[in-house]
Amino acid sequence: MDGFLSALLLQAGYNTALVTVGSALLGASAGAIGGFVLLRKRSLVSDAISHATLPGLALAFIAMAALGGDGRWLPGLMIGAALSAALGLLALDWLASRTRLPEDAAIGAVLSVFFGAGVVLMTVIQTLPMGRQAGIAGYLLGSTAGMLRSEAEIIALTSALVGLAIFVLRRPFTLVCFDPEYALVRGVNIRAADLAMMALLLAVTVIGLKVAGLVLIVALTIIPPVAARFWTDRPGAMVVIAAALGAAAAWLGAVLSSLARGLPTGALIVLIAFALFLASLLLSPRRGLVAKALQRHRFRGLVQERQGLLALARGAPIYDGATLRRLKARGHVGAEGATTPKGRAAAEAAMRDEARWSLYRRLHPDESVSTPGGLRPLAEILPADIIGELDSRLAVRGVQP
Amino acid sequence: MNAPVLMAEAGRRLGADHPESPLAIAGLTVAYGGKPVVVSVDLVTPPGAMLAVIGPNGAGKSTLLKAALGIVPRVSGEVTAFGQPLREARRRIAYVPQRASVDWEFPATVLDVVMMGLYREIGLLRFAGKRHRERAAECLRRVGMQDFADRQIGQLSGGQQQRVFLARALAQGAGLYVMDEPFAGVDAATERAIVEVLKDLNRAGRTILCVHHDLSTVKDYFTHVLIMNVRRIADGPVAAAFTPENLQAAYGGRLAPAQIGGIAAE
Repeated sequence: MDGFLSALLLQAGYNTALVTVGSALLGASAGAIGGFVLLRKRSLVSDAISHATLPGLALAFIAMAALGGDGRWLPGLMIGAALSAALGLLALDWLASRTRLPEDAAIGAVLSVFFGAGVVLMTVIQTLPMGRQAGIAGYLLGSTAGMLRSEAEIIALTSALVGLAIFVLRRPFTLVCFDPEYALVRGVNIRAADLAMMALLLAVTVIGLKVAGLVLIVALTIIPPVAARFWTDRPGAMVVIAAALGAAAAWLGAVLSSLARGLPTGALIVLIAFALFLASLLLSPRRGLVAKALQRHRFRGLVQERQGLLALARGAPIYDGATLRRLKARGHVGAEGATTPKGRAAAEAAMRDEARWSLYRRLHPDESVSTPGGLRPLAEILPADIIGELDSRLAVRGVQP
Repeated sequence: MNAPVLMAEAGRRLGADHPESPLAIAGLTVAYGGKPVVVSVDLVTPPGAMLAVIGPNGAGKSTLLKAALGIVPRVSGEVTAFGQPLREARRRIAYVPQRASVDWEFPATVLDVVMMGLYREIGLLRFAGKRHRERAAECLRRVGMQDFADRQIGQLSGGQQQRVFLARALAQGAGLYVMDEPFAGVDAATERAIVEVLKDLNRAGRTILCVHHDLSTVKDYFTHVLIMNVRRIADGPVAAAFTPENLQAAYGGRLAPAQIGGIAAE
């Protein structure tokens, strides 16, 4: 536990701290760009991009090793991965725009072909008579164990740069995501904006290969934005929350994997991100499942109470058990099934409210559409002068207000 | 002199001939997959006009405006706005798309959407200031939506959504408003509110172009009309162009003779 706390608080040595901070910056950038990609409805593209990095990664390793260097040199691997991912993205764009193939089918085709080619190349690497092949496998599931200081610095720096670019482009991105045609008329170059969005997504993917791994980096660009959507109805806030959740997941993942050496960092990050998503899904105050269930329960209660009271007022029998239980619980109906004095008063009030509500709907059909009448007393919803007007009209017709 | 130069000169001539016109269109042709949907339409919008584009379903009304604004690629044709190429006049044009063109589940409040109208003004690096928020709130007041500023846009009725789109266009402060079916699927109160705002704008010298469906309100709402069915049938002041003959030519058998007679008799 002491180890965990000191790692969490960046007290477990300079290297671990650097790796943790770098991972968090990566998680923040991934969450932020993923937020925009989600709003553009292209989340799956990040899956295609990440799998398309594998052939480039393997070829870069082979090329660097063949030239007599260290095959695991991170900048070289990143350049190779970026080139092949860009190729995959081009293929995807071409398939989706030039053929009648829908984008999800194009993603499946590109993803599997590039990944297949990459796996073949990885197998070739295993048979080559050169050392240090072991390190390359870490790029599949992510590994921060034994990361070099220079590698952590590269990851932190490039992640911060990507974050800065997202900040600068946030307004055109939002415009293009919400309403591309309007954006176009305002002079936003849609193609350039989409290209920039995909380039930043590609950058995050390539930077994250070492930390999260190419199979799992997609989780960092999809799960935090989806979780963030539960907490806000505003685009800027959603992107910021997605960045915060991504940073938290990556931070914790890096800390945990620094403690238990064999654990792949990417898998830990994904599990933590998923836990954050689950918490959002259940607990978000307005969109969460718990809040929704409570809302439904409360609404059903209002409907049952109103229906029951109207039935009492008309002297009609109540067959629904839940309605009867609710009326009893509120003291409107006694234990033996007879209407109490309190119940009679409430029933009369409900009748009066129904009369007001149906008159209001007739007098103001446009406004009544957005008025939640018919369940709660109208006097709680509308101003007193309108209620007075309704009552005086009802009085003319002989209905007692 | 060689051909490209001649063509460039021809392109300039439309703007030079109609330097005042907020939107001048010459020979505009659009095709979807080899099928022409708008064929060689000309239109010179007079400054200060309130113009309805009418015609039957599939007549290419929305496509004409979208192609004129560069949203849909055109096969041929020239377009100038205020005598300039479209690219240079963009900030003077406010576009109000069809309500159905966006995802209303998008995480944005009413105020967020209206602030999008201030996109150019706020710029890339700055944050929106108090001045911008007040401008947006003022535009919401003009369309009667000031109480809904913090509402998520998906929780609005169709009419309210249309008003928010109009407020976004107002925020931009344009000289030409191009609207795609602003009255489609809105309640009567919203239609009245939108018409009032448009007439106010028009009185203040703004030009308004609407794709419009309801023939019975053309005379009340608009000063000019373009009647089309793939091709231009007629255009001009409502009194001159909105005639039973022109409507018959555009709608053919799809409009009952009694309907056309009623319009003529009004």
